[in-house]
Amino acid sequence: MPANNGYKVIGTRPIRHDGVDKVTGRAIYGADTQLAGLLYGQVLRSPHAHARIKSIDTSKAAALPGVKAVLTGTDLPDAGDQMVDLGEGPARLKYLRDNVLATDKALYSGHPVAAVAATSVHIAEEALDLIEVEYEELEAVLDVREAMQEGAPQLHDDMTTQEFGEDTGRKSNLATHFEHRLGDADKAFAEADVVVEREFQTATVHQGYIEPHNATASWNADGQLTVWTSTQGSFTARAQVGAVLDMPISRIKVVPQEIGGGFGGKIPVYLEPVAALLSKASGQPVKMIMTRPAVFESTGPTPGSYVKIKMGADKSGKIVAADAYIAFESGAYPGGLVGAAAMCVFSCYDIPDGRIDCYDVVVNKPRSFAYRAPGSTQVAFATEHVVDLLAAELGMEPLEIRLKNTATTGTRRIDGVVYPKMGCKEVLEAIRDSEHYQSPAPAGPNGGRGISVGYWFNVGLKSSCTASVNADGTVSLVEGSTDIGGTRTSVAMQFAETLGLRAEDVKPQVADTDSIGHTDVTGGSRVTYATGWAAYKAALDVRDQLCERAAQLWEVEVSQVEFDDGVFRSGDNELTFKGLAGRLEETGGPVIGRATVDPDSGVGGSFAANIADVEVDPETGKVDVLRFTVIQDAGRAIHPAYVEGQMQGGSVQGIGWALNEEYFYSGDGHLDNSSFLDYRIPTSLDLPMIETIIVEVPNPGHPYGVRGVGEANIAPPPAAIAAAIEDAVGVRPRELPMKPDRIVAALQAHEERAAQATGG
Amino acid sequence: MPVAWIPSLMQKLTAGQQQVEVEGATVREVVAALDARYPGFKERVLDGDRIKTEIAVAVDGEVVAAGLRAKVGPESEVHFLPAISGGAS
Repeated sequence: MPANNGYKVIGTRPIRHDGVDKVTGRAIYGADTQLAGLLYGQVLRSPHAHARIKSIDTSKAAALPGVKAVLTGTDLPDAGDQMVDLGEGPARLKYLRDNVLATDKALYSGHPVAAVAATSVHIAEEALDLIEVEYEELEAVLDVREAMQEGAPQLHDDMTTQEFGEDTGRKSNLATHFEHRLGDADKAFAEADVVVEREFQTATVHQGYIEPHNATASWNADGQLTVWTSTQGSFTARAQVGAVLDMPISRIKVVPQEIGGGFGGKIPVYLEPVAALLSKASGQPVKMIMTRPAVFESTGPTPGSYVKIKMGADKSGKIVAADAYIAFESGAYPGGLVGAAAMCVFSCYDIPDGRIDCYDVVVNKPRSFAYRAPGSTQVAFATEHVVDLLAAELGMEPLEIRLKNTATTGTRRIDGVVYPKMGCKEVLEAIRDSEHYQSPAPAGPNGGRGISVGYWFNVGLKSSCTASVNADGTVSLVEGSTDIGGTRTSVAMQFAETLGLRAEDVKPQVADTDSIGHTDVTGGSRVTYATGWAAYKAALDVRDQLCERAAQLWEVEVSQVEFDDGVFRSGDNELTFKGLAGRLEETGGPVIGRATVDPDSGVGGSFAANIADVEVDPETGKVDVLRFTVIQDAGRAIHPAYVEGQMQGGSVQGIGWALNEEYFYSGDGHLDNSSFLDYRIPTSLDLPMIETIIVEVPNPGHPYGVRGVGEANIAPPPAAIAAAIEDAVGVRPRELPMKPDRIVAALQAHEERAAQATGG
Repeated sequence: MPVAWIPSLMQKLTAGQQQVEVEGATVREVVAALDARYPGFKERVLDGDRIKTEIAVAVDGEVVAAGLRAKVGPESEVHFLPAISGGAS
């Protein structure tokens, strides 16, 4: 357990402020939204993976009693095709709009093509059956390498490949190509003593949040729109709704409801603009909730990938060169995740020469989106395998080669970035020093152990907080970050620490877009870091104002007032925070602290590592995880239980990537496993308790040393489990998921090779 | 003097130079200096008076929100990187 380092609140484990509401069912989620006159919306989705929409006839649906409004893509305002700034990155408006409701083409099975609002869900569903859509079916392409081939079915007639600010003019599904180069990789490979190259594939995987997407919209007669939704960012939701509906953000209020998981998938809007237009058309509020199949078929999973890694080392085990080819399926529209993969692919190692070649490719799948350290898990699976092969060639232990080549302060990544103070080495040393690593590996012929390490760079972005001092000495803290992982409390704790209060004395709440300053998404592991920083600054603002009030009371200069550990002092005068809060009426009235942050620098990245013990059944190919440890650098763990929760959650999701999870498409591009029955995520019955080791290498760029911990933990599990499988049975699949039939096939191929080698 | 790192896909503009020392106290001045030495550089990275949406600029390892106005120190490194878009993080 981390030491408290002199802090009184930071590093403790208070009960979360929203805990009682959550466990008693009183917390209000999107589906709980109720308004007078509420209608229910449903979406008609394309059954085809690739088709031209020739016509849509909604007349029969509109005539059904109880139906109040029907929409198609042509009802969305046409604001032209332009890049729109959503505050956290640009988006091409046509793509944003067409993903909400298709106009000319359906680009994936499940692509929305029409929507209905009716007085009941059942009438709305019945109305969908009455909408007649004439499609011209087109050949679909679902695999990244096939989509890159000359002559592959082209998703977008006007798409040409962009190469770092230059339009190549080449029509293709290849939306973007870029590369990074450091030093002279060819020369370094030529001089290396050992060179290993392998190819890898990873499946399309969904975030698997329990709460489906939902939105309720009320379009007032005065043109004001209110949207209640489950979102990772109320302000980015507002920006996207404004862009799609071509309306100013001042006319839109987004009220974030409690959120039942997001992991990156609840940053884009899907239902919100549709519910808004249905409300406008019907004159009544409209609620929409996705079905589980719709969530799988139509929202943004992580990209499937093809990755080729080549690495070279000298005889001492020093990695001297690295080369990555990374091609990501962005889904129906171009994405930006392969850029993140490039930042992570060799991020754990100090490598002097290398290159990274990246391709963002559209395929007939839903538009991929962020999923917890987006892009990092795909490339960690590949790189960690090759590092293990180098170690084997050189007769080194896997941990030994990692420690010898660990990235550290001053390491220049191949994309050029130089690391500030970072904790990769400390995380690897924590593997070495752990009881798990030092204990015997699983006994028996089919047991094995593997290790791996991964990285996520984290982001800063904008956050706002306001703090109202109450007369009883408590503080109402308002923030704009939707709370997914206990961040109300981790933010409130930083506020409390700064003012010498108890965490319980701070009452945090998440506000709507009209009630707090701009705050970017809950994503990028940024909330405890950036919103926590805003809370720290708001606390300093409160402190300074209260020093002025104390000076008034004691009739001294403000410079004569000191504040320490929750107590204001000047000479013999002394007042606690609570005591002074009770005397605001006589010194000028209420005190409100406020702060915004937009940190350009100081965002500390985080490394995570795993030790995985597995047992493989060679008959069935089933892999059982016997023991699993996650180690992660938290910088400073504000609330260790929530840090551990993030580490455990990311690990479980990573194990899902490793062993079970994939989008399984039929040949014609229809998703065949769009339910949790068939899309198998790990449950508590599948896994042991995930053990956690928090490493603290404080981030010098944050007042309390925070590094975001929400994401890096999903990167290493597939590689660690792959290594453990190899240790157990001698085969190591290079395609995710490592499901039973792949294990059995690999074992059979292994046996056949062995038999041929012995002439059997 | 600040050092600008030229992306490999733009190095045909710089005759293969990966790192270039340039005068400049802001990203705007660095881009102007690069364009003066390597004509076409500005057109490649700017859209009007803004950095192209698909490109991010990092000063000393941190992507800068201030864009062209971002300060550049005498020992700074300036990198031109692909933007991570779509709320990727």
